[in-house]
Amino acid sequence: MAIEVDMMKKVPVSEQAPEERAHNFEEVCLGYNEEEARAEATRCLNCKNPKCVEGCPVSINIPGFIAKIKEGDMAGAYDVIGEASSLPAVCGRVCPQETQCEGVCIRGIKGEAVSIGKLERFTADWAAEQGISPKAPSEKKNIKVAVIGAGPSGLTCAGDLAKMGYDVTIYEALHKAGGVLVYGIPEFRLPKEKVVAREIENVKALGVKIKTDYVIGRSETIDELMEDEGYSAVYIASGAGLPMFMHIPGEQALGVYSANEYLTRANLMKAYRDDHDTPINVGRKTVVVGGGNVAMDAARTALRLGSEVTVVYRRSEKELPARAEEVHHAKEEGIRFELLTNPVEILEDENGLVKGIRVIKMELGEPDASGRRRPVEIEGSEYEIECDLVIMALGTTPNPLIAGTTDNLETNKKKCIVADEETGATSRNGVFAGGDCATGAATVILAMGAGRKAAKGIDNYIKGQL
Amino acid sequence: MFEIKKKELLAEKTYLMVVKAPNVARSCEPGQFLIVRAYEESERIALTICDYDRKEETVTIVFQTIGESSFKISELEEGESFCDVVGPLGNPAEYVNEPIEEVKKRHYLLVAGGLGTAPVYPQAKWLKEHGVDVDVIIGTKSKDTLIMEQEMYDAVGEDHVFVTTDDGSYKRHGMVTAVIEDLVKNEGRKYDKCVSIGPMIMMKFCVKLTKELGIPTIVSMNPIMVDGTGMCGACRVIVGDEVKFACVDGPEFDGFLVDFDSAMKRMKLYQTEEGRRMLAYTEGKCKGHDKG
Ligand SMILES: Cc1cc2nc3c(=O)[nH]c(=O)nc-3n(C[C@H](O)[C@H](O)[C@H](O)COP(=O)(O)OP(=O)(O)OC[C@H]3O[C@@H](n4cnc5c(N)ncnc54)[C@H](O)[C@@H]3O)c2cc1C
Ligand SMILES: Cc1cc2nc3c(=O)[nH]c(=O)nc-3n(C[C@H](O)[C@H](O)[C@H](O)COP(=O)(O)OP(=O)(O)OC[C@H]3O[C@@H](n4cnc5c(N)ncnc54)[C@H](O)[C@@H]3O)c2cc1C
Ligand code: SF4
Ligand code: SF4
Ligand code: FES
Repeated sequence: MAIEVDMMKKVPVSEQAPEERAHNFEEVCLGYNEEEARAEATRCLNCKNPKCVEGCPVSINIPGFIAKIKEGDMAGAYDVIGEASSLPAVCGRVCPQETQCEGVCIRGIKGEAVSIGKLERFTADWAAEQGISPKAPSEKKNIKVAVIGAGPSGLTCAGDLAKMGYDVTIYEALHKAGGVLVYGIPEFRLPKEKVVAREIENVKALGVKIKTDYVIGRSETIDELMEDEGYSAVYIASGAGLPMFMHIPGEQALGVYSANEYLTRANLMKAYRDDHDTPINVGRKTVVVGGGNVAMDAARTALRLGSEVTVVYRRSEKELPARAEEVHHAKEEGIRFELLTNPVEILEDENGLVKGIRVIKMELGEPDASGRRRPVEIEGSEYEIECDLVIMALGTTPNPLIAGTTDNLETNKKKCIVADEETGATSRNGVFAGGDCATGAATVILAMGAGRKAAKGIDNYIKGQL
Repeated sequence: MFEIKKKELLAEKTYLMVVKAPNVARSCEPGQFLIVRAYEESERIALTICDYDRKEETVTIVFQTIGESSFKISELEEGESFCDVVGPLGNPAEYVNEPIEEVKKRHYLLVAGGLGTAPVYPQAKWLKEHGVDVDVIIGTKSKDTLIMEQEMYDAVGEDHVFVTTDDGSYKRHGMVTAVIEDLVKNEGRKYDKCVSIGPMIMMKFCVKLTKELGIPTIVSMNPIMVDGTGMCGACRVIVGDEVKFACVDGPEFDGFLVDFDSAMKRMKLYQTEEGRRMLAYTEGKCKGHDKG
C-alpha cells in the first residue's frame, strides 16, 4: 500500500515505544524503510537555490541525493553523499539537523522541513546491507602519514589520505577505535557494531592501519614519529576529552561522576552488560547537571540502568544546546527537567556518599559574549533535590598530553591547538590538527569536515615538499 | 601480543609478571604506570611499571589480588597473553627530567609500604645507577608479606635498605614512620628529598612526619582510573585546592599539598558492588569468560 504523503509533514519514522526503550539499550529510532524513504523524498522541492546545502557543514548535494532516492537509485544516492561525507550512517543519526541542513530547508518555511538526516541514514544503512564499501586505491604512494586519534576527524582524514594513495597509520590511545562514537554516544543512539564498527572497517578497507593502545606523547612523541619513524606529516585529531567540574563543595563525594566517566563505563566498557566486568553505580535517583547532548546521553543511560533521572540546567528550555530530538526523546522516556536551576553544593552523608544536591533558581539577564542571555541567581531561592548519584556534564577541553610533549605547537587560551581552518596547518611544519582538539567540543560533522580539509592540506603540503 | 614471559608468586596473593610490551618498554621511566586488560570483557586496570628491559622489550608488573579483576589477571599463566597493555602512562618521576648534576646534590629517602616496594624499586635502581645517594625503607605487615628484599639490596646495597615489620617478625619492629624518625633523629642522617609509595594511610602519616622534619616529599597516588588518558575524571585528586587528574597530571604529587582524606574516601567507591561480583566469580557464576 502506497504511503500517503502530507506535504506539510515529515513521513513519520518508527521508533521504539518510550515505555519499552526506557529499559533497553537498543536503538530508539528505527529509521525509514525503502517505501517510507521514497515517500519522504517526494517532499523535497529540488530547489534551484538549495538552502539546505548551505546549512550542511560539508555541503552534501542534498537535492541531488534525495532525487536519486525518489528514482529508487539508492546506490546513486550513496555515491552523491560519498562525494562530501565519509560517515553518513553516523551523521544521519547524530547531526543537529534542526540547526543545520533541516533548519534552513525551504520546505520548512511552511510546514516541516524535509527529513534530510533520516534520508541520509537510510541511504547509508541501505548501502551497508548491500555490503557496498569503498575500494582501496590501486595506486599507492610510498609516503607515510600518521593520524593521532581514531575519532570521526581522524578516521575521515585517514580515509581521504588513503584514497589519495598515502600509507596511513592511526594511533589510538584506547583499546578501541571510534573516539566519542564508541565511548561517549550511547548504543541506543548510535549502534556500535552495526554502524560504528562498520565505518571503521570501511576505513581499514582503504588500507589504513589502526594501532590501538598507543598513546602519542607517552609511547612516542610527534617528533619521534617524524624523525625516527619517517612520517612525512602528522594529523592530530585527539579530541577534547578532559571533563570540567564546577568546583563546588561536595564534588569529591562518592557518586559524583563526570559524564565521560559514566558514559565510558556504560558504552566503551559495556558495564550495563552482565558479561562485562567494569562496574557502574546505578543509583536510585540521579541528577545530571548540564543541557547538551552529553547531558542527555548520560541522563538516558542512567534511566536505562534503572534510575529516576532529573536534568538540572541553568538556562531555559530554549537555550538547551542538545539536539531537539534528544530532548524530545528524553522527555518521552520520563526524564524530569529542572530548568533555570544551578547547583551550589553536593550534599554527602556520614560515609561520604551523595545524598542530595542543593540548587538555586536562576533568571535570564543580559546577553553574554555568546549572545545568549546570561543566567543570574535569584537570591534566597535555594532548595535541595534528593539523589544518590550526580553526573556532571559541563563540557570538556583538549587534554594536555600532546601539546605538552610537542615543542613549538601553538595552543590558545582554551588549550585548543591553533590550526588553520582551511588546511589544518599548525605552527609546526608538517603537523596538522582538526576536530575537537582544535575547535573545542563541537560536532561529529564539523570534526569530519576538518579531517577532510586537512587531508587536502596534507596532500598539498607533501606535494610542495617533493 | 603482550605475552607473559614470566610469572612468579612473591608472597600470598602477590604476583610478579614480566610482560612483552614493546611500546611501553621503549619509553617508560620510573614513576610511570600502564593499563592492562586481561580479556575483551575485562576492566582496565592500572599497575605501576616496576621494572623494564628495553632490549627484551618487556616490563615488569607486581600486583595483589584484591578484587575480581586482579584475580583474573592472576589466573593468566606464562605463555598466555593480555588482551591489552597500554602505556607508559602518567609522568616520570620528577628527577628523570631534571639536570642530573642537580639531582646528584641531593640525598634521597625512599619509603615503601607493602606492595609499594615494587614501584619504589625502579626508582631506587634509577637513582643509584645515576650516582645519587639513596636510602630505602621497606615497611610491611610481617616477614611473610615482604617482597623484593634481595632485589632492593642488589640495587642500592644492603647497608642502605632498612626493613621493618608491623609485627616485629623480621628486622626492625614498627611502622615506617618510626624508622624515619630513627634515621633522622637518632642516627643523624640528612635527606633532601623523600619519595613515599604505599597505602594511602601510610603516605598520609609519612607526609605528616616529613613535613615536621622539613623533607620535601613526593607521593604516588593510585585513585580509581578508567581510561588513564585524561578523559574520564575518575582519577581526580585534590592537590593544593586544585582538582588534578592523577593519570595525566600525576601520578606523583607534592605530598605536602595532597588532600589524603578526600582521596581515601573516594577509594571506597566500588567496595560493595565489586565484592558481590568477586563472590559471583569464585562461585563460578560469572558468565562470558572463555578461559578454556
Ligand atoms: C556524550 C557525547 C554525545 C555527543 N553527541 C553528539 C551528537 O549527537 N551530535 C554531534 O554532532 N556531536 C555529538 N558529540 C560531539 C562529537 O562526538 C565530537 O565533536 C566529535 O566526536 C569530535 O571528533 P574528534 O575526532 O575531533 O575527537 P574524538 O571523537 O574525541 O576522538 C579523539 C580520539 O583521539 C584519541 N586520543 C586522544 N589523545 C590521544 C593520544 N595522545 N594518542 C592517541 N590517541 C589519542 C581518543 O582516545 C579518541 O579516540 C557528542 C559528544 C559526546 C561526548
Ligand atoms: C596509577 C596506579 C598504579 C597502581 N599500581 C598498582 C600496582 O603496581 N600493583 C597493584 O597491585 N595495584 C596497583 N594499583 C591498584 C590497582 O589498579 C587496583 O588494585 C585494582 O584496580 C584493583 O582491581 P580489582 O578489580 O582486583 O579490585 P576491585 O574489585 O576493583 O576493588 C577491590 C578493592 O580495591 C579497591 N580499589 C579499587 N580500585 C583501586 C585502586 N585503583 N587502587 C587501590 N585499590 C583499589 C577498592 O576500593 C576495593 O576495596 C594501581 C592503581 C593506580 C591508579
Ligand atoms: S551531514 Fe549532517 S548537516 Fe549535512 S546533510 Fe547530513 S545530516 Fe544534514
Ligand atoms: S532546501 Fe529542502 S526542499 Fe529545498 S532542496 Fe533542500 S531539502 Fe529539498
Ligand atoms: S583515569 Fe580517566 S581521567 Fe584519569
